[in-house]
Amino acid sequence: MADVTFTPSAVTPARPRRPNPVLHFIRKQPLGFVGFLVILLYFGMAIGAFWISPFHPEEIDFAAMLTGPNHEHIMGTDQYGRDVFSRLVYGARTAMAVGIISALLGCTAGALIGATSGYFGGRIDNLIQRIVDIMLAFPIIILAMVVVAVLGKRLVFGVDVNLIIAIALPMVPKMARIARASTLSIAQMPYIDAARAAGYSHARIVLRHIVPNIAAPYLVMVTAFIAQAILLEASLSFLGLGVTEPTPAWGLMLSGASADFYKAAPWMILFPGLAITLAVFAFNLFGDSLRDWLDPKMKG
Amino acid sequence: MQDNVAEVADERAGALPSVNAKVVSPESGLSPPVLAIDNLHVHFVTENGTVRAVEGLSYTVKQGEIVAIVGESGSGKSVSALAVMQLLPPNSARIIDGSIRFEGRELLGLDEEEMRQIRGRHISMIFQEPMTSLNPVLTIGLQIMEPLTMHLEMSEAAARARAIELLTLVGITDPESRLAQFPHQLSGGMRQRVMIAIGLACNPKLLIADEPTTALDVTIQAQILELMKDLSRRLGVAVVIITHNLGIVARYADRVNVMYAARLIETGPAEAVFARPEHPYARGLLAAVPRLDRGRSVQLATIEGAPPNLLDPPEGCRFRPRCRYAIDACERVPPAVETEAGHFAACHRAGEIDTLERATIKGVDAAASSDARADGEAILDIRHTSKFFPIGGGFLRGPAKLVKAVNDVSLQIMPGETLGLVGESGCGKSTLGRLVLRLDDPTGGEIVFEGKDLAPLSRSQMTDVRKRMQVIFQDPYSSLNPRMTVGQIIGEPMHVHEIRPKAEIPGRVAELLQLVGLFPYMALRYPHELSGGQRQRVGIARALAVEPRVIVCDEAVSALDVSIQGQVINLLEHLQHQLGLTYLFIAHDLAVVRHISHRVAVMYLGRIVELASSDDLFADPRHPYTQALLAAAPVPDPVIERTRPRTIITGELPSPLNPPSGCVFHPRCPKATEDCKKAVPETRELKTGHTVACIHA
Repeated sequence: MADVTFTPSAVTPARPRRPNPVLHFIRKQPLGFVGFLVILLYFGMAIGAFWISPFHPEEIDFAAMLTGPNHEHIMGTDQYGRDVFSRLVYGARTAMAVGIISALLGCTAGALIGATSGYFGGRIDNLIQRIVDIMLAFPIIILAMVVVAVLGKRLVFGVDVNLIIAIALPMVPKMARIARASTLSIAQMPYIDAARAAGYSHARIVLRHIVPNIAAPYLVMVTAFIAQAILLEASLSFLGLGVTEPTPAWGLMLSGASADFYKAAPWMILFPGLAITLAVFAFNLFGDSLRDWLDPKMKG
Repeated sequence: MQDNVAEVADERAGALPSVNAKVVSPESGLSPPVLAIDNLHVHFVTENGTVRAVEGLSYTVKQGEIVAIVGESGSGKSVSALAVMQLLPPNSARIIDGSIRFEGRELLGLDEEEMRQIRGRHISMIFQEPMTSLNPVLTIGLQIMEPLTMHLEMSEAAARARAIELLTLVGITDPESRLAQFPHQLSGGMRQRVMIAIGLACNPKLLIADEPTTALDVTIQAQILELMKDLSRRLGVAVVIITHNLGIVARYADRVNVMYAARLIETGPAEAVFARPEHPYARGLLAAVPRLDRGRSVQLATIEGAPPNLLDPPEGCRFRPRCRYAIDACERVPPAVETEAGHFAACHRAGEIDTLERATIKGVDAAASSDARADGEAILDIRHTSKFFPIGGGFLRGPAKLVKAVNDVSLQIMPGETLGLVGESGCGKSTLGRLVLRLDDPTGGEIVFEGKDLAPLSRSQMTDVRKRMQVIFQDPYSSLNPRMTVGQIIGEPMHVHEIRPKAEIPGRVAELLQLVGLFPYMALRYPHELSGGQRQRVGIARALAVEPRVIVCDEAVSALDVSIQGQVINLLEHLQHQLGLTYLFIAHDLAVVRHISHRVAVMYLGRIVELASSDDLFADPRHPYTQALLAAAPVPDPVIERTRPRTIITGELPSPLNPPSGCVFHPRCPKATEDCKKAVPETRELKTGHTVACIHA
């Protein structure tokens, strides 16, 4: 290799500086980081609910019915005398579990379907996209209600699996659309041609070469869908189709009797409402920042 | 000046516009140069530090002069042009020091409103991409008339008349009806003509063209550059051409400024710089360019290494780490040394390099065994292969039209040879490459590889073939998966095809990296951490991983800078000798093809029009299209260039949707007769190994 020599400076493996991604994110997206901190707070609440909550969430205390916020019940009590703050903290568990599991489930299924559809194109693509069209034609809440109504309730480890499926399903076509669009542009790239020319299997090309390249839109959609899933779970619970009493859930806390007492005991709906709003806001804030941060055009 | 604008617009030799009113010429009676840049420093503030993009740049442009700024990507040539227009990104770019004088008037420090009066009115700029620099939703007419009504406050009717005049000036036929057309209705060459028309609309004194023809085909490139040169002479417009193509510089420029790593390293009259380059970088650059007038017997001289990172450039002379004549003094910034009148080089050893080089250089002759082994059986035999793409059509949309991308092509490639395939964009050369690789399925014909027709093979049968046939792509930025490390990229094919046991793969990856001139530690890097040349080497290593016999190189060096391109070409030739590889080398750059190929096939609109040995084809081209291509391609030598006859073919590549009858070249062919329109010409063998598809050859 007489004709290929390198200068001494190139020989020393001076690795290009890779900035610490966490610090970089904080510096570039301070608002997103605030969102992230709020999300962490909710996670802390969900995990440490047992230690954080001053009362058992299902503990009924008729002596303290409809008490306003005071030093003992900082967010007051409901019509059964249950501590609103404790129920809120335990409700974070339901919200996070259902939100995250269903968002991951829906997005992953959608991403795989979308990537397959975009990679193969032609007839397969056409078929999948028409099914997606049909699914998109339903309003999210209607679709979820239909699934819950048809499948009923099935508890696994205390979590309603069918509720998760019902929330995940409306996300599948949305993610599939996004994944397909990304795949179409990635499938044009020469490295996909190179993979085909190297004789790799379709499965390998989709999973090893395309899917990692749609990870950025995937992550962003997951965060956005978690917010939607939390909202959807709350809506379904509010309508009586989701989590049922006495399990603490934010949507449930807003529904039923609390509606009758909202004048006498506004704290009963104020705090769960705030919890939902803040959670959705935090996830959206984080998701938006993540999108900007992962977009190579916004870097530099 | 707003009151008599129309008059000013029409007579350019008239009194100086008011922008120059404040200016007093430094020399008595002499008008100042159109553009004088002095000691310009531009920095970019980025997250990773300050990039010193332009450092101490000075040059002048006189009226009617064509000045070229040459340099590799990242050398600061475009940044300096954008600085003149003050179109640098305001958030990150800082002009630290220096002055930019336009007709004696300082431009730096003018406010946005004053700059707007100058941009488009007195200085215009033409960009590289004619596809994206015109607004797709506005008509051509509107876009030409806009500067006229804006800057010159012409009436609608006057602007329209002027627009028609301008389109005629830039050689667009039927200008009146063109005004109502949208950019997508015009070809790339036409769009660039429209851009020039817009640039010239207000009779500017200075036209800055940033890589004006890089996106265009060679025959169109010649048309556009001839037009610019002609207009410059006729209208007395000063032109600054920014380019990486030394051939263009040799043919069109009066003066040359060579930039390297943000600094001007050599400047002088074109003849002097090409005949007697002084700076080692300029010398290396000229030696590294493959040339049409030189065969493959000469190995390309290369400049080792890569340009420095401008975040952290070397002290003193920027070229020092790559320079073989570096001495201690080079740790200081070199002064500009005038070696002859008007010819400066920024090198401590300017003036002595020539003698040094003669003493050290030994004749670099490529191995004599570079002749093709024409005997034996073809390893790849393409027989009457066609590929038609349906366009439009489909469900409820009526029948599709057919684009005949490859039309009845026959070619044979012998083991161990390099067959060059040249043609302009859209001629079907890349499609042919994809057919050979079975990335697309042929519509008709046979592709016989090692005695077996590939077309009917199933996917799993092809897997076996793919081990012996590989591909290297054009763009080193997009042909590597950004989410995989170099080691994974190179190791994957060995793993999938089970060529090596899993445990041996890392060792083999290291071997391959060394084979292509990289270092084993690079296996852990991601593609974006490597330079363009290094990535292309990774692409080559990936192709070699399966130990193939044939490699299809699809524009494998087109995206690389000249000095890096030379390194990769040498590497490909070296690997061919060492491993006995066969290349199908697809490219649009005639000089590169000439340099690397044993035999060359010329393609036009889906057909092979001429096929001959490399030397034969370039010495004695028979097909009028080949002749036109060769005439259009500039040679980096002003002396040759200025004596060469220029037979520039007119017109553009016809749409493959609606190809001409008979010989596809006849609408552009100077020799065309009635017979050419009747039948597709037979391919005839004029002498051994030289075939032409032309009835007049």
